[in-house]
Amino acid sequence: MSEFKVGIDIGSTAAKAAVLKDGELVKTILMDTGYNSRETAERIYQQLQQEVLQGQETRFVATGYGRISVPYADKTVTEISCHGKGAAWLFGKDGTVIDIGGQDTKGIRIKKGRVMNFIMNDKCSAGTGKFLEIMTNRLGLLSRELSEEARKGQPVEISSMCTVFAESEVISLIGKGTPREDIACGVIHSVVKKVTTLLSSVESDCYFLTGGLCEDAYLREQLEKTLGCPVETTPLARYAGAIGAALQG
Amino acid sequence: MKNLELPKNFDEFVEARKNSFLHVKDYVQNGGRLVGYLCSYTPLEVIDAAGAAAVGLCGTSNEPIADAEKVLPKNLCPLVKSTFGFAYTDKCPYTYFSDLIVGETTCDAKKKMFELLNEIKETYVLQLPQGQNRPYSKDMWYEEIKLFKAKLEELFDVEITDEKLRQAAHVRNELRKAQLELYELQGMVPPAMKATEVMTTLAQGVFNFGPEQQMASFKAKVATAKEAYEKGERPVSPDAKRILLTGCPSTGVIQKVGMTIEKKGGVIVCLDDCGGERTSKMLVDENAEDILRAISDRYLEIQCSVMTPNDGRIENTKAMIEKYKADGVIEVVLQACHTFNVESEKVRRMCEEEGIPYMKLETDYSPTDSGQIETRIEAFIEML
Repeated sequence: MSEFKVGIDIGSTAAKAAVLKDGELVKTILMDTGYNSRETAERIYQQLQQEVLQGQETRFVATGYGRISVPYADKTVTEISCHGKGAAWLFGKDGTVIDIGGQDTKGIRIKKGRVMNFIMNDKCSAGTGKFLEIMTNRLGLLSRELSEEARKGQPVEISSMCTVFAESEVISLIGKGTPREDIACGVIHSVVKKVTTLLSSVESDCYFLTGGLCEDAYLREQLEKTLGCPVETTPLARYAGAIGAALQG
Repeated sequence: MKNLELPKNFDEFVEARKNSFLHVKDYVQNGGRLVGYLCSYTPLEVIDAAGAAAVGLCGTSNEPIADAEKVLPKNLCPLVKSTFGFAYTDKCPYTYFSDLIVGETTCDAKKKMFELLNEIKETYVLQLPQGQNRPYSKDMWYEEIKLFKAKLEELFDVEITDEKLRQAAHVRNELRKAQLELYELQGMVPPAMKATEVMTTLAQGVFNFGPEQQMASFKAKVATAKEAYEKGERPVSPDAKRILLTGCPSTGVIQKVGMTIEKKGGVIVCLDDCGGERTSKMLVDENAEDILRAISDRYLEIQCSVMTPNDGRIENTKAMIEKYKADGVIEVVLQACHTFNVESEKVRRMCEEEGIPYMKLETDYSPTDSGQIETRIEAFIEML
């Protein structure tokens, strides 16, 4: 039995690592995935060796879309299973995981720590982190500012689900002089709408928000309001995929 | 003897395509008659009895789709676009050299596409009823088959006798039985063949000049696989998760879906599309007094989502899940196939009642979503 179990989650935007020792989370790492996922994986490895592992016996499990770019992984598991298992570990109960990722949004129904069913957006980027990223840039904001702005505004209707069309819609709103906070609010509401529609086949009475948007309080509140159920999260939920991977080491 | 020209772009084709053009040209030049068809509702016995070879022309490749979109809307089923695209670009020898294409009024995309296809190659469209449950449904379809028979008699200047139809029905029934044997290899635990091999065998089968050739190739496959299995060969791991694949015709996604299932630790044990067991197990009553009626009745029984209602399909899938001991159901819906897409809700509900995991994949023939499809299939198999 290895002493350390490490999960490496190479997402399309951010790379995460989690180290478990005797079932305790002892270290997390977060960095941009950047252009070269292999190099990023290598950097994570170096940092982990230096700061925690120090050459001791370790099981590595890779997940995320870049899971094949982790040459030192003992095995690979999809991010769906990992977010499910990670969320079960973090929240300790049954429910549905909402993971709004860089290029995919997933709903994962978990029961007794097992994935029962899941749903993932189609190839289009509506309702994903990519959608938010593009709108944030278009509004001239930083990612953490989008929600702050949104909270001050009244939602304008952004009817287009397609990111490219929605961006044109936002440009016309800007052109018409619509207040930035109203557009920001409309953007968040649009994502919430898309995500809750996606979730209809994995309905639950309790939800967990994982992934990079877990600390977005306004988004979480709006999800809660629309779903009519509690949406729990924790700052560690960003690492749910990596933790879930480590658990399978 | 017919004189046949090769397409203008023949020199640009790769060797394999050139060869198949020459192969088909040779067949037609020596008096062979060729009728292309696109759907399992096409009564092949009538084509056989007219002394023509029936070849399946369903487009299963992404290659001609960009060209097809010069004429057809983008937001259309890839099978429909691919079929039209092959005719439009002269890239399919079977389409190119066929004497006639037989279409049918299944989905809206197809029936309107046939009007445009007819400008390239004569296309005869069979008019299907919308369902099978009206008192006149069978009579209507029978009348339609009679017209089709007359059309072929006129086109080829032949008489389609009852005797020829009966003979054709016999041969087609034998072919169906051979096909069933091929499917049943997958019922073994573990299966006796990789599903992609079954799919490829079936896909190639439609390009034979006649059912006898096709039957020989199926029988040879089955014999080889059974012999190897008896000797202890196991082409599929006993741990592989057993998947039933349902929904739209899946030949165009053998790579994207079929191969991925196999690569990620699964195996397709039942191909539950219109070319699969639920259609092949329907036989024509060879001894019926009115053989043409027996043929038309058999074809109208086929369960496709274009029919309303179509509950028989769901019932059959339920039985197949049991027969093939499936661990999970994956439904493939080709982009813009409204009928299968809507009907998938009924399949999902049935699976939920049966307690078997279900996943729907909506996709086309392009490689754009391969990454996501792979992740979904992998996660689904991990979940089983």
